[in-house]
Amino acid sequence: MIEGAKWRRWLYFYIPLGTFVFWLLFPFYWMLVTSVRPDRELYRPWQAPNYTPFWTAHPTLEHITDLLTGTLFIRWMANTLFIACASTLISLFCGVLAGYALSRLKFRFAGALGTGIFITYLVPQTLLFIPLANIIRNFQLGDTPWALILTYPTFLIPFCTWLLMGYFKAIPRELEECARIDGATRWKAMLYIILPIAVPGILSAGIFAFTLSWNEYIYALVFLSSAEEKTVAVGVNSELVRGDVFYWGQLMAGALLGSIPVAFIYSFFVEHYVAGLTGSVKG
Amino acid sequence: MARVLIRNLNKMYNEVHAVKSVNLEIRDREFVVLVGPSGCGKTTTLRMVAGLESITSGDVLIGDIVVNELPPMDRDIAMVFQNYALYPHMSVFDNMAFGLKMRKFPRTEIEKRVREAAEILGIETLLTRKPRQLSGGQRQRVALGRAIVRHPQVFLFDEPLSNLDAKLRVQMRVELKKIHDRLGTTAIYVTHDQVEAMTLGDRVVVMKDGIVQQVGEPLDLYNAPANRFVAGFLGSPSMNFATVGLAEEGGTTHALGDGLRLALPAPVAGRLKPYLGQAVTLGIRPEDLRVVSGNAGNGLSFDAVVEVVERLGSEILLDLKVGSGTMVAAVEPTVPAKIRDQLRLALNADRLHFFDTSSEAAI
Repeated sequence: MIEGAKWRRWLYFYIPLGTFVFWLLFPFYWMLVTSVRPDRELYRPWQAPNYTPFWTAHPTLEHITDLLTGTLFIRWMANTLFIACASTLISLFCGVLAGYALSRLKFRFAGALGTGIFITYLVPQTLLFIPLANIIRNFQLGDTPWALILTYPTFLIPFCTWLLMGYFKAIPRELEECARIDGATRWKAMLYIILPIAVPGILSAGIFAFTLSWNEYIYALVFLSSAEEKTVAVGVNSELVRGDVFYWGQLMAGALLGSIPVAFIYSFFVEHYVAGLTGSVKG
Repeated sequence: MARVLIRNLNKMYNEVHAVKSVNLEIRDREFVVLVGPSGCGKTTTLRMVAGLESITSGDVLIGDIVVNELPPMDRDIAMVFQNYALYPHMSVFDNMAFGLKMRKFPRTEIEKRVREAAEILGIETLLTRKPRQLSGGQRQRVALGRAIVRHPQVFLFDEPLSNLDAKLRVQMRVELKKIHDRLGTTAIYVTHDQVEAMTLGDRVVVMKDGIVQQVGEPLDLYNAPANRFVAGFLGSPSMNFATVGLAEEGGTTHALGDGLRLALPAPVAGRLKPYLGQAVTLGIRPEDLRVVSGNAGNGLSFDAVVEVVERLGSEILLDLKVGSGTMVAAVEPTVPAKIRDQLRLALNADRLHFFDTSSEAAI
């Protein structure tokens, strides 16, 4: 920590930290306040009397109820959950196999393939959606969750491969060599030795992949049209802005409720996540 | 019969010729040590025997079967690695049982073998612990246990004691020897430590730059090294070397060097006859130098000035200035030597080593 006079600690540490935390968490606070604020307070200009921007004296649950009953919000949450889980599973499966192969096997085009995979990650989604839209239409996947489950891996797999490759590299080669001498085939060595040790890495790749799918907007916007198929991000935006009227209460409630699943998963796995990112396997 | 035969073994890594035509026969129940400096090819040779490296040319036979194409698990070997390579997510018991589980041994047999090995190594109380809860020495024992339960034809050791602290290393060395005695399995041991080589090996193989320098029993290599490298590698402190010219003076052959004027007795001179008039390298082990008084030494002695005195308790190491060069002498702890003392040191006639200056082979 910072030694010295107390004022130093405050100036160099507590105040910057406090400011930063405030900055980070303020949007969530605002979402929370806005979602419970009654309509008559929401559409009030700032010069109006009794203007209390940071809290409300009359909290109400009408926005949240309207969100849950008047729109297809629950259906959107279910859709997003399904799509995120499915694409995470597909990308993890491919990522583990690709990461292992690239980090362990010495075949001729290993380097080139690795680089090739990462380059695909660099192509922006805002560009890629155009040719992908064509493909989706040809396969008649438009307006189904499969349009997303099959396109999300285009950016999830490179990311998972990269993360897992780094993680596999940190596992000492001798462990597998020992397993091979002990009588395990390469496949069994991977299953019994490598995968259990790589669990933190796989968890962190999984969490990251889940978050990326959950928050994804462009492909969801382009490939899904009917209200029943939409994901939370797209649905909240398109259905709660009717014409030029912004239903702020429901919008904020939707945003808040939509962030809960990811926050929930993070809180459970945060230790594994950090361990996976720093990757420590010794002894 | 679990003998290992290595015939004309070669290993090329792209342009680098790491192992050059190695020929070795390791007999059944023998403990052979491959020793040499880093990069000499000893570990590569071991890994080729294990099947972890591909063989560029040559053959490896284990128990009379050519194993070149066999994967490691079919060669009936067990290996102990330098950094133990214990499976961190499994308990000690599971670590030792893994190999047997992979080969589908029945549960009762696995239990029996693991407990047997644990008893030999003294780790019965550690069976439920995970590797991270063990000390270095305990981990090494578990690694050994993992190899023992497989009852292989050959044990392969890749510098297993290098990661242990000095005291533990000495302890484990003794334990290893006892275990080998008890089990009698053929073993190939790789190390860079010449003390381990001398103490553990039934036979020692000294390697340098991918080539086998000499093979033989430890004391044979020590007393009759085949070349300058082997002479300088084994023994601590290492052998002293000095370039001397051979000249005939007054009927006896003399070795003349910087600060040295030695009259060589007849049998030694006879050996060196072809080198008369040329320079050769003289090698003297520190323990073969004696401090003598006055003019004793009958022509086989020289004067030196003490530069550093290192008292080890069991002996004294004297760093001496001889002419413009230096030598190290290991003498008894009772010798009264101080810095800047002028001493006379005598040599033993049958403890002189001579080497050709260009080929470095022993004469």
